[in-house]
Amino acid sequence: MIKSRTIKLTLLAAACALLALPQAQQSNIVLKLTGGTKSKIALPDFRGAGGASAFTQVFNETVFADVQRSGMLEMAAKSFYPLSPPQQETDIRPTPAPAAAQRGAAPQPPTCNGRCLTDWSMPPLNANYLGFGYLAEQGGQLVAFGHLYNTTVPDIAGAKAFRKLYNGPLTEEGARKIAHEYAADILSQFGVPSLAGSKIYFVSDRGGKGMKEIWSMDFDGANQRQLTRFNSISTMPAVSPDSQRLAFTTYAEGQPRIRVMSLETMRFLPFFNPQASMNATPSFTPDGAKMLFASSFAGYSSQIYIANADGRDLKRLSDNRAIEVEPKVNPRTGADIVFVSGRGGPQQIYRMNIDGADVTRLTPGEGEAANPAWHPDGQHIVFKWTRGFAPGNWNVFIMDVASREVVQLTRGQGRNENPTWAPDGRHIVFSSNRKGSAQIFTMLADGTEVRQLTTVGNNSMPVWVK
Amino acid sequence: MRNRHIATALLAASLLLFAAGCKKKTPVAPPPPPPPPPPTVVEKAPAAVISSFTAEPSTIVRGEASTLRWSVANATEVTIDNGIGAVSASGSRQVYPTSNTTYRMTAKGGGGDAVAAVTVAVTTPPPPPPPPPAAKASLEERMSREIQDIFFDYDKSEVREDSRATLQRNADALKTILSEFPSAVVSIEGHCDERGSAEYNLGLGDRRSASVREFLIQVGVPGDRLKPISYGKEKPVCTEESESCWQRNRRAHFVGVQ
Repeated sequence: MIKSRTIKLTLLAAACALLALPQAQQSNIVLKLTGGTKSKIALPDFRGAGGASAFTQVFNETVFADVQRSGMLEMAAKSFYPLSPPQQETDIRPTPAPAAAQRGAAPQPPTCNGRCLTDWSMPPLNANYLGFGYLAEQGGQLVAFGHLYNTTVPDIAGAKAFRKLYNGPLTEEGARKIAHEYAADILSQFGVPSLAGSKIYFVSDRGGKGMKEIWSMDFDGANQRQLTRFNSISTMPAVSPDSQRLAFTTYAEGQPRIRVMSLETMRFLPFFNPQASMNATPSFTPDGAKMLFASSFAGYSSQIYIANADGRDLKRLSDNRAIEVEPKVNPRTGADIVFVSGRGGPQQIYRMNIDGADVTRLTPGEGEAANPAWHPDGQHIVFKWTRGFAPGNWNVFIMDVASREVVQLTRGQGRNENPTWAPDGRHIVFSSNRKGSAQIFTMLADGTEVRQLTTVGNNSMPVWVK
Repeated sequence: MRNRHIATALLAASLLLFAAGCKKKTPVAPPPPPPPPPPTVVEKAPAAVISSFTAEPSTIVRGEASTLRWSVANATEVTIDNGIGAVSASGSRQVYPTSNTTYRMTAKGGGGDAVAAVTVAVTTPPPPPPPPPAAKASLEERMSREIQDIFFDYDKSEVREDSRATLQRNADALKTILSEFPSAVVSIEGHCDERGSAEYNLGLGDRRSASVREFLIQVGVPGDRLKPISYGKEKPVCTEESESCWQRNRRAHFVGVQ
C-alpha cells in the first residue's frame, strides 16, 4: 500500500490527468495520478553476450532509474530476487503442482529459482510484474530483448504483456537509448507517457567564473552539452513549443538583450530588440508565432510586451510603474498570461488576458513569489515562494490556478528555484543549492523521487521540453 | 839542377820587364779637392713644426666632450690656451667647452715657433619635452577615486535621503570628469542582493540605475553620457549571507568607458 500523500499520482489512460480534488485536513490540492495501490515490479539485471556485456551496467541502471522515476510502480526489493531470473521466453516454466503436503506440515510453495512466475509473485517479493531479457551484439549493433510479464496471471502465454527487440549503436549512448525505449514500453503499459528524447536546457557557469552559458542535457542528466559561447552572461532560457528555437537573455552586447537561436542549425535567428536599457525573460506563445518578454522600452520600469517571434510589431501589455517580468502564456488556451509583478509590494504572481486586461493576483501576497511555469494542462502552475521563510529562501509550490489552492513540494532544503514541468506533466525540474552549489534536480510532482542531474559548477534555470 | 835554370830565367825576364817600364814615365794628375762642406748648419736648433692639431668631434652638444689631438715636432715647449696650458709634444685632451671655442696651440722651437688652432662648435641641446600636464589620472582612477557607490534598501530603487549628498558629490565630480574626458561615457550599473529572484532583480537593477541617472540629469550631468545597465544579481561584490553583504550588493556602481 502506498502511504497517504498530499498529492496522489494517478494516471488514467494515456492523458496525464491532473485533477484538483478537494480533500479534507491540511491538504489543499490533490493531483491524482494513481488510483489506490501501485503495482510492484521486479527488474532483474539483463546480462550481455559478447561485445554487449560492456554496456549492461548503463542499460540496467537507466531502465531501473526511468521506471523508478515515474513514481508509477513500486520497485521490488532486489535482495529478494531469485538467483536465476529468466532471460528469454523459453526459460519460463509452468509452476509445478505443489508437492503433497506432509502430514502435519504446511504445504511448501513450489519454487524453480526464478524460472516460474510464481517465484516473483509470491512473498517476499510480491511483484505483480517482471521485466527481463538480455543484451547481445548483432551485426555490430547492440540489441536488447526486453519482456514484461504479469506474474499474477497463471497462464504463461496470457501473462506476457510484451516482448520486443530494441536496436542501437554498440556504445554507451546506444545502451542508454534502448534502455529508455524499453523503460518507456514498460511504463506505457501503465499509461505513463515516456520522457525518452526529452531535453532539459539550463544555465551553467562551469566554463568560467562569472560567465554563464546555455547548456542542454537529456532528461536523466546524460549528454550535457554547451550551446552558447559568448564568454559573457547568457541566462533565462526559453524553448519554443516545437523545440526548434531557443530564446534567452544575454549581456554579450552590454545591456541585457534577447537572442534567439535555432536548435536545429545552432545559428542565430533575427530578433529585433526594442531600444531599451533592458530586454529580458523571453517566452514563446503556444503557437510559436509570438514572443513575450520584459522590457524597459517605455522608460520607467520593466513591463510586459508581446511581439512577433522576430521582435517586430511590439505591443505593450502592462502599464504601471512597477517592475514586471517573466510573462508565460497558458499553453492550453493561449489566451491568458501569468507573470511576476511588484505592483502590490513584494513580487507576486499575477495573471492577465493576452491583451493585458483583467489583471488579478494569484498568490496571496505573503512573502515573495516568482518563476511561474504552466503545467501542460493549462490549469496548474508550479512556482517558487518564500512563504514561511525569510526573503531568498525559496520553495517549490504547485497552484491550481482556478481555485488558488497550493501545495508545497520542497521544505527549507536550500533555495529551490525556477521549477518547470516535464512534457509528461508528472515531473518537475528545478534548481537547488541544498548541497552547497546550485544544481539541477528532477522530482515527481508530489515532491518524491528527487534526483540530482548536474554536479559541475553552478547550474540553474532549467526548462524541460519534448 | 834543372830547377835552378828555371829560376834564373824567371829572374831575367822580370828584370827585363822592369827595365822596359822605367823607360815610358808620364806626370800624375792631382787628386780632386774634397767636397765642399755642407751648407753651414746654423748653430741654432731647428724650428718647431705642428704636424697635426684636431678636435674630434668638432661639433658637440653642450655638456658633451670633444677630444683634442695633436702631434708636434722640434718643439721645446707646446701650450694650448683656454686654460689647458703646457702639454707634451703629442697627446690628447678631452675638453668640455660650453660655447663655441677656438683652441690655439703654440709650439716653440729653437728655430722658430708654430701656431695652429681648432674650433669646437658647441650647440645647445633641444629643450626637453614639456612636463606631462600635472600627471593626469586615467579615467578609471578618477572614477574609482572620486565616484562612490549609491546604496539602496531591499526591493527599493529610490535614492535614499542619506545618499543624496553622496550622489550630488558624484554629480559634481562626473561633470568635471566628463568634460576632461570628452569621449567617455559612464555606465551606471544597477545591482541587487542575492535574495530576490534573478528575473525580478533584472528589473530592480534597471530601476536603480534609472533613478540614479534621473537624479544626475536633474542636477546637470549630460544624460547622453550616462548609460544605464542592470546586472540584477549577476555580479555580486560579496556572497556571504548577511545583511552587511546584502547591503553592499544593493548598489548603483559607476564605470567610465572611453
